Amino acid sequence: MIVGGGHAALCAAITAGEAGAKVLILEAAPRHMRGGNSRHTRNLRAMHRAPTATLTGTYTEDEYWEDIERVTAGVTNESLARQMIRESEELVTWLDERGVRFQPALSGTLSLGRTNAFFLGGGKALLNTLYRHAEAIGVEIRYASEVTSVAVDDGRFASVGLENGATVDAGALIAASGGFQSNTDWMRAAWGPAADNFLIRGTPYNTGTLLRALHESGMRTIGDPTQCHAVAIDARAPKFDGGIVSRLDCVCFSVVVNQNGERFYDEGEDFWPKRYAIWGRLVAQQPEQIAYSVIDSKVTENFMPSVFPPIEAATISELALELEINPAALEETIETFNAAVQVGSYDPTQLDGCRTAGVSPAKTNWALPIDTPPYYAYPLRPGITFTYLGLAVDADARVLRDDGTPAPNIFAAGEIMAGNVLGQGYCAGTGMTIGGVYGRIAGAHAA
Amino acid sequence: MSAALVPTREAARVMDVCNACRYCEGYCAVFQTMTTRRTFAESDLEYMSNLCHQCNACYHACQYAPPHEFAINVPRAMADLRAETYERFAWPARAASAFQRNGLVTAIAVSVFLALLLGFLLFLQDSTFEQHIGPGAFYAVISHATMVVLGSVSFGFAILAIGIGMRRFARSIGLGPVRLSHLRHAGANVAEMRYLGGHTPDGCNDIGESFSTARRFFHQSTLWGFVLCFASTCVATLYDYGFGWEAPYPVLSVPVLLGTIGGVGLMIGCSGLFVIKRRCDPAPVSPRFLGMDYAFLFLLFMVAATGLLLLAFRETTAMGLLLGIHLGFVLGFFVTMPYGKFVHGGYRFVALLKYAQEQ
Repeated sequence: MIVGGGHAALCAAITAGEAGAKVLILEAAPRHMRGGNSRHTRNLRAMHRAPTATLTGTYTEDEYWEDIERVTAGVTNESLARQMIRESEELVTWLDERGVRFQPALSGTLSLGRTNAFFLGGGKALLNTLYRHAEAIGVEIRYASEVTSVAVDDGRFASVGLENGATVDAGALIAASGGFQSNTDWMRAAWGPAADNFLIRGTPYNTGTLLRALHESGMRTIGDPTQCHAVAIDARAPKFDGGIVSRLDCVCFSVVVNQNGERFYDEGEDFWPKRYAIWGRLVAQQPEQIAYSVIDSKVTENFMPSVFPPIEAATISELALELEINPAALEETIETFNAAVQVGSYDPTQLDGCRTAGVSPAKTNWALPIDTPPYYAYPLRPGITFTYLGLAVDADARVLRDDGTPAPNIFAAGEIMAGNVLGQGYCAGTGMTIGGVYGRIAGAHAA
Repeated sequence: MSAALVPTREAARVMDVCNACRYCEGYCAVFQTMTTRRTFAESDLEYMSNLCHQCNACYHACQYAPPHEFAINVPRAMADLRAETYERFAWPARAASAFQRNGLVTAIAVSVFLALLLGFLLFLQDSTFEQHIGPGAFYAVISHATMVVLGSVSFGFAILAIGIGMRRFARSIGLGPVRLSHLRHAGANVAEMRYLGGHTPDGCNDIGESFSTARRFFHQSTLWGFVLCFASTCVATLYDYGFGWEAPYPVLSVPVLLGTIGGVGLMIGCSGLFVIKRRCDPAPVSPRFLGMDYAFLFLLFMVAATGLLLLAFRETTAMGLLLGIHLGFVLGFFVTMPYGKFVHGGYRFVALLKYAQEQ
């Protein structure tokens, strides 16, 4: 039995089904919303020792590991992380053999063509293909079947209870039901009232019910409840399910201020795809969990178009009024910033070293004076992708019990156990790699 | 807001969302074109709507498809606008309303009327029911001159009207001077039907969420069937005027072989496309196309079927009536050509030429 319906669940179901097991998928969402956060994804990060049809150059185990070690600042499990990395090499081929199509890196792929394999059509296209394949090999899929309780007997999985009151048993359980980011109460318990201002980028169905139930049944959890993959996104996005179009790629070419009109971090530290995952947390720490990315008309074409039009004004003080920031404060911030910009050779395609001097925080790349009206602002809020507090697992994806021994027939894959690899930070495409790799491992061992 | 603006505005809204997402950029020329623009003028959208081949891959792959609140449905938005462009550029403008009126009723009524009229006129003459065999047999029923006048006037007008429409469309979207390389690029796209999945073994989303090559196969069968029938007519014209050989020609002659294979191709293609249309998921399809599509498939099928019937019974006394009915459907097809689905080929080819120029 697999609880969940995203990439990890399907990789587990297909692996177990192909090994001859009788497989049931319990997906909480209705069919049109199936697939958890996978429906909003578009790539996975894969190791490769030579260029492939979709991946350029090489991406070795050590380089991949260094990337994971850096973004997590070492809050990771090296042996699991390296296992994920090694297994990622075969994952692309495995998916391809089951009908998933990949595309070469194009305009929207954010210069990740070397490290990340992009699904043709995105995550929903991948899901459609995997669901079709799963059905073809006899996997049973029940939609709108939310699991609300779990019965564990002496450390062994026995059955789950569904929302409609039914009980379903199975020889083994694979928990692949995601994080708990869509559970407002749990988020508030972790973050306090600030959580009310968070937007959830993906599915509203990831409420962590199974995660909590397994924890309360004696399974060990890992990770900090406030750690998550959090991106700065457009504040006007819907509360749930806004997905990729709420992204804003303008931050590194802008000046970002909080509601007090103050800057709070180096906007030009690195390319946006390498920094987007720290900005959710940065904005979450600002008053009212809101910030504004301010640009002038010089740089409007340097980043991907976004879905919500910017707030526009002829002067900085008018812009401040639109944003309900004290005009004097914003004007002072911009003037100070402009005065600190050093002469350089601006180039949005590389780390150009155009920087400020004598202002704190500094802006270390792409620093241009904000002086050419009209001025524009994009409001930013933390956009939560998924939480990292999850089930602790071993190398077979077996969930560990409180005493540290693995449960014989309980497995976990995907976001629900991503915290084993990602203690903090994020590296684009890792979520889908964890799902695919541990989905396959869990499916193989559960079968 | 005028009714004509509605499809344009919806297409612009959809493209603004898509351009912030770009997950579909690997699918087709529409998305490749989209990524080269930040805003979408009316002419851009006219162009992009005719680049769209309604393969529906982007609809099934879309995480924002209805019932998501963004309600993104690219094939539907593009098809609504595409139907609008057919009317916008039609010549004479007055006739454009034929697209708006139920195209199915119009096309079928015109052709059935013509078929009956010809049949009835022939019914009144005795020679219709006599057996005619050998060179000039058809002309014993309908004079050579009548056939030439009816055919060339109706076909000539259709070509003129379609040509003017394509020219207006090309001007509106800003097609530049066409070079051989552009023709080669666009021609190759048509030949392999790249955007119905011709460049992958998977094909397109012809019916629903699964991919299949059925729609591409039947489309190619229809397209090449039509081309062979047209070639048959050209060869026959050459025989008649160049060599003085009068129809009907032997079964193993070039015109009859081309026409037979072409006719069979048309019947298979049209039947297949009809079944796919009946079974397909209606969500990504524009209702503005349904009448047009069915009328076109019906007419093409009837032209082919009556042509093959005529071939089968041309040595019997039924030949005269069958000839009248066949010519009736051919004329009906010619008359409705500029105001029905037939124009999609021309507009899409112009759009593919523009795409070749933008590469």
